[in-house]
Amino acid sequence: MWQNSVDYLTYDLFHLEGHLGEAINFFIYDTVKIWFLLLTIIFAVSFLRTWFNTEYVRAHLQGKPALYGHAAAAAFGIITPFCSCSAIPLFLGFIQARIPLGVTFSYLISAPMNNEIAIAMLFGLFGWKVTAIYIGFGLLVAIIGGWVIGRLNLDKEILMDVKPIETQLQANLVKQSFKERSKEAWDYTFDIFKKIYLYVLVGVGVGAWIHGYIPTDFIAQYTGEGNPFAVIIAVIMGIPMYSNAAGVMPLVEVLTGKGMLLGTALSFMMAVTALSLPEALILKKIISLKLIGIFFAIVGSGIIAIGYLFNFIL
Amino acid sequence: MKIEVLGTGCAKCITLENVVKQAIAKSGKFVQLEKVDDIMKIMEYQVVSTPGLVIDGKVVSTGKVLSVDEVLAYING
Repeated sequence: MWQNSVDYLTYDLFHLEGHLGEAINFFIYDTVKIWFLLLTIIFAVSFLRTWFNTEYVRAHLQGKPALYGHAAAAAFGIITPFCSCSAIPLFLGFIQARIPLGVTFSYLISAPMNNEIAIAMLFGLFGWKVTAIYIGFGLLVAIIGGWVIGRLNLDKEILMDVKPIETQLQANLVKQSFKERSKEAWDYTFDIFKKIYLYVLVGVGVGAWIHGYIPTDFIAQYTGEGNPFAVIIAVIMGIPMYSNAAGVMPLVEVLTGKGMLLGTALSFMMAVTALSLPEALILKKIISLKLIGIFFAIVGSGIIAIGYLFNFIL
Repeated sequence: MKIEVLGTGCAKCITLENVVKQAIAKSGKFVQLEKVDDIMKIMEYQVVSTPGLVIDGKVVSTGKVLSVDEVLAYING
């Protein structure tokens, strides 16, 4: 229905044709669709998360068996908010509650990867199947990555001496009225939307231009089956693009439409969200460079493996 | 009354501090405001998501920026 209205607007009302018409049609259709989905999904996620805060997650994970800990930490990563600026209190707070290092990393890998912006963008651009694959494999990387880090006995790589708390923390859900929750969720949604709507606009704009003007052969040659190293290059390119998921993902969608393999696209998007340079710089204050290197290497190779696996299967 | 804003220098922490300043001015009461950026002190309050708001030693909010009116309600309440 929305496509029909945009078709009418571009082709009948303004009589646009050819490449230009196609590019503008695509631009209007995608921008409005993604804005709408961003608002809806971010609102839904942030409404759900008014029950849980990071303090709740910490108390819940305290003293739990390792396997359950990894899985629960990864799952909480989806519904709790995460900002790399609060990575330090989070990391130290988890250690303070004697949550194992590996479980802490399961959370630290999952939380930025499964953030509401990435999920909303994926859903809007690729549909629910790709979104489910992304979340599923994201959880897998978080669980296995955290487990491997836990097995390496890296506790001495934490540079700060944290005095553990002996008592069992109380896991209390946040108490609020329905109205307060809605208001908080809406404020949060609007706040995020203000920050990213321009990135979406630019991302979709460049995407529309590629969609209308760049030949398919060109993209397929560099990002498709013609390039066996595409996944690795995609992951390395994704590292410095953190926090621009909103601008980057529309481009990726257009590229997959033009012959980029889906596995390569998935790896790239996971690298954008999970491997963040600013987060690494913040963590450097409390953990050794060696541990950060191991963290990046494990998550990076997990993401690369997923990319090749998908390109091979599909 | 003493209000502490817990935060290690993130953008939200600075915003919350400004909100608290406005709320104090609006309340017209004498309130002592302290910005706590020492991570060890923040952890003593059992806060793991910043910014945190502490009133007279009690944590009232974590991980979010409150509105001026919300902080004002805490000051008057």
